[in-house]
Amino acid sequence: MAATSIIYRRELGAYLRSPFAWVIAAVLLLVDGIFFRGFVLPGQNLSAIVLERYFYWSSGVAMAAGLLLSFRLIAEERTSNSIVLLTTSPVRDSQIIIGKFLAALTFLAILLVMSIYMPLLIKVRGKITYSQIMVGYLGLLLVGSAALSIGLFASSMVKNQVLSAVIGLAILIVMVFLYQFAKTLDGTVKDVLQEVDLWWIHFQNGFMRGVLNLKDLIYYLAVIYLFLLLSVKTLEAKRWQ
Amino acid sequence: MIRAKNLTKFYGGKRALGPISFEIEDGKTFGFLGLNGAGKTTALRILACDLRPSAGTIEVGGVDVVAEPHEVRKKIGFLPETPPLYTDMAVVDYLAFAGEIRGMSRADVKRRMGSVLEVTDLGEVQDDPIGTLSHGFRQRVGVAQAIIHNPKFIILDEPTRGLDPVQIVEMRKLIHNLKEKHTVLISSHILTEISQTCDRLLVLGRGRVLGVGTEAELAGTKSEIRSVTVTVRAPGSGDAKALMKKALEAVDGVKEIGDPSEQGGGLSFVIATAKDCRADVSRAVVGAQLDLIKLDYSRGELESTFLRLVEGSDGSN
Repeated sequence: MAATSIIYRRELGAYLRSPFAWVIAAVLLLVDGIFFRGFVLPGQNLSAIVLERYFYWSSGVAMAAGLLLSFRLIAEERTSNSIVLLTTSPVRDSQIIIGKFLAALTFLAILLVMSIYMPLLIKVRGKITYSQIMVGYLGLLLVGSAALSIGLFASSMVKNQVLSAVIGLAILIVMVFLYQFAKTLDGTVKDVLQEVDLWWIHFQNGFMRGVLNLKDLIYYLAVIYLFLLLSVKTLEAKRWQ
Repeated sequence: MIRAKNLTKFYGGKRALGPISFEIEDGKTFGFLGLNGAGKTTALRILACDLRPSAGTIEVGGVDVVAEPHEVRKKIGFLPETPPLYTDMAVVDYLAFAGEIRGMSRADVKRRMGSVLEVTDLGEVQDDPIGTLSHGFRQRVGVAQAIIHNPKFIILDEPTRGLDPVQIVEMRKLIHNLKEKHTVLISSHILTEISQTCDRLLVLGRGRVLGVGTEAELAGTKSEIRSVTVTVRAPGSGDAKALMKKALEAVDGVKEIGDPSEQGGGLSFVIATAKDCRADVSRAVVGAQLDLIKLDYSRGELESTFLRLVEGSDGSN
């Protein structure tokens, strides 16, 4: 636990010092704002629908943020060889992965908090509740964390950061469009693939509408756990190869 | 004590190291010498618990590297060829991180920091971001992270690589300081580096041990070729080489007399000998009425020993 905390502090410090992380934050907040102005506000003026549209577009930004904040986490350490300090220290691979994940998650949460003025603007002029906003933001955090764990897994696989980003993006796209692909199938396979989908079922039908379903919550936690576990196993295999 | 037995490492189907066996006593400075690709880095990475051996056993301080890697990691400080640095961090913050990640408390790190900065001479840049430091300073930060937790064993892989001559001298001084309190393992392909800093050497070639011992042992046990260089005033008449040959024919140990070369106003002969026979040679030269100006003796030195070992290895493969 101590090692996780030490790695968490270092990684979070690295994010806060890194121009790259702040540029990502600035660009994503700008994109979020453009979406808000261009796609969320125009059209139907029912505030609940406007809020849904906001979370619809923001979920894409959250996933992009998750991936952009994570694809360098391990790959960059391999490139610079700083990973050797961790791999030759009495630290478990799970502590390395969890420490890095939590640091990236904290920065993601900071980024999401900075966007909260937009739903608050909707609330000022409309009839939505704080709980709707909170559930929506929990959804953004979860879908962003899932993307983050996927990016971390990709980063643990390869040394090349560009390749890591490409692998992470490919996995994310497959996970997001499983639902659409499943529609072309029949039977149990279709049902299973639709439930495994990262966005259409678990985000659109639940968090985006301000509805908190336990199964959606468990789904995202399971996806995060799975990809973190895969990251740990990949690091373990490469550490002692 | 570090004890390796039949240590072997394969990358895929290719053997990179071994089987090799060696022992390193506590308090010694031990050098791994070999050409690029000889297996030095592989051996050191296994010792530092960064690589798992494919076969064989290795114990560091009585603890098995494969069975209890975390216990071994606590005893070891490792500087790989490329120092494992976070360039965004200030030197002291980085060293504090390196200490804490190896199990030190913040108070322990704080107590130890001063002496580490002093030994590595990093005081003047302690608050600077590592990314702004010169190569020499970065290398020293790399050494500092390897010693911050006061490990029993320090492993330095090519510590002078890429340093300029002044930085090399400073690094040698630093290693000499470390020798006082730690068992130090150094790898290098630079012979002078190894000969000046290490008590004992392990010569590797193509993943195999070609020789182990002190420099003198390696040269003495393996090399029969020594040389005595005799410089005499050029004789007024007669063939100089014939006169020298006649003078030395009865001297025990003389194997071959080379052609003379002019040097310092005299003629120099390099004489290959099987032992140190300077006294007999000088008496014989004076007895033959030749004016002896200078006499040098050369034992097989590390460079020639190393080359001979490596060439022997090539020949046997």
